[in-house]
Amino acid sequence: MLKLENVNTHYGKIQALHDISIDVHTGEIVTLIGANGAGKTTLMMTICGDPRASSGKIFFDGEEISSVNTPEIMRKGLAVVPEGRRVFSRLTVQENLHMGAYFRSNAEYEESLAHVLELFPRLEERISQRAGTMSGGEQQMLAIGRAMMSRPRMILLDEPSLGLAPIIIQQIFSIIEKLRDEGVTIFLVEQNANQALRIADRGYVMENGRVVLSDSGDALLTNPEVRKAYLGG
Amino acid sequence: MSETILYLIQQLINGLTIGSTYALIAIGYTMVYGIIGMINFAHGEVYMIGSYITFIVIAGLLGMGMVSLPLILFIALVISVLIASTYGWTIERVAYRPLRGTNRLIPLISAIGMSIFLQNYVVLSQGSRDIALPPMISGSWTFGDPNLFEVSFSYMQLFIWVATFITMLGLTLFISRSRMGRACRACSEDIGMTNLLGVDTNRVIAMTFIIGAALAAIAGLLLSLYYGVVNPFIGFMAGLKAFTAAVLGGIGSIPGAVLGGLILGVTEALTAAYFPSEYKDVVAFGLLILILLFRPSGLLGKPEVEKV
Repeated sequence: MLKLENVNTHYGKIQALHDISIDVHTGEIVTLIGANGAGKTTLMMTICGDPRASSGKIFFDGEEISSVNTPEIMRKGLAVVPEGRRVFSRLTVQENLHMGAYFRSNAEYEESLAHVLELFPRLEERISQRAGTMSGGEQQMLAIGRAMMSRPRMILLDEPSLGLAPIIIQQIFSIIEKLRDEGVTIFLVEQNANQALRIADRGYVMENGRVVLSDSGDALLTNPEVRKAYLGG
Repeated sequence: MSETILYLIQQLINGLTIGSTYALIAIGYTMVYGIIGMINFAHGEVYMIGSYITFIVIAGLLGMGMVSLPLILFIALVISVLIASTYGWTIERVAYRPLRGTNRLIPLISAIGMSIFLQNYVVLSQGSRDIALPPMISGSWTFGDPNLFEVSFSYMQLFIWVATFITMLGLTLFISRSRMGRACRACSEDIGMTNLLGVDTNRVIAMTFIIGAALAAIAGLLLSLYYGVVNPFIGFMAGLKAFTAAVLGGIGSIPGAVLGGLILGVTEALTAAYFPSEYKDVVAFGLLILILLFRPSGLLGKPEVEKV
């Protein structure tokens, strides 16, 4: 469904991604793990076209999107839950969700809204509250809900567990599995490698802007090098 | 009521009248700043062009022998809003959009260039002298004691109050209820994220310029009828005042722009009333400096804090 071929990305003169080639198939949960600064977020944002890849090709559903601009890519059935959630803190929960369905019709919006609120009853309780007044976990739920409002076929999640209490992290991960069961393909960037690999079908490991390892989730979990570097021995 | 109080009431009426038109222009500055973080210094010229269009249309209609005042005002309003909006849209498209993503200083200089260009373009096409119109809306209510001081509230002033109130009500509804208004607010918080939701933010930005220009044109119509004269240089001072009002109220905040405009108008009127009127600009801009010293983000501006 998503395919990157030899993608390089630069910030000015600094090269952040080196020759990245990855594949995500329909219905999979694929995770990308790596240390801080390895280039995980850059990779995710390059898929969204911001920043643009300086060379290489990105395909979504067989269509090349490497030179398409960001809003157009996002209207092709891709949605993102970015690093740091980035909910609109001065907009209400409902308005945030509405923004997620900006290019959808009213009927589709109503339908998606009912679905998202069913998945996150907490958001329904807070529907007319400003997003900025909610807790981190609630904001993360809102960010995921907002991404789902456009009815994407694939969701990119960037560190959804960052800074959340363990019990909330459990909830977020079970929601991610639920989404996959509904047929949404998941590409998950995580530092919380243990949890991520547990639910993932496959995983990629990044170091210094390069993909250094790829295998099934279970195999990576038991790989001694991965255990040593990312899972605390 | 004593003479001093009646005199004060008169100054407040005058100040709120001017202030409400400053507010209309200031909204254009504040909306653009809120979304792309840029000061559109050509905005005052859009106001000036709106005033000219009003004059040209009214003179034309009077020349054609039209007598119905509401109809004349309505046609002048529609045409000047349409043309000024086209200017606003074009300015963004030609002078700012190609420079987006560059150093912040570059579009600012482009804006100043645009302002000089528009001013001189009007000088060349319309001449640099004042153009005057006969008063369109005359008459007033007077109250107070004829022996002490008579307060006059003219129909023209009432017209300005009502027109700005309706305009702001419309804008508030648009911003808080409509789809595009919601997108404007989302953009002013996080334009990158709005892009990531598949919203064409270029269209949102263009819309902001169109709305700002339309409000400036309405202010142009109201103020040019109030003063009865226009020249190509009125945009500079009005722009500077409205910009001050926007900063005073907290740039980026629409209620702030309105409050800033009203405060500035009243301050000017009171200064001109009790001191030599040359001091009114000194006091207006002095007030700006004071408020910025003690409240750098303006009266209603949001300090840059975020809950993590």
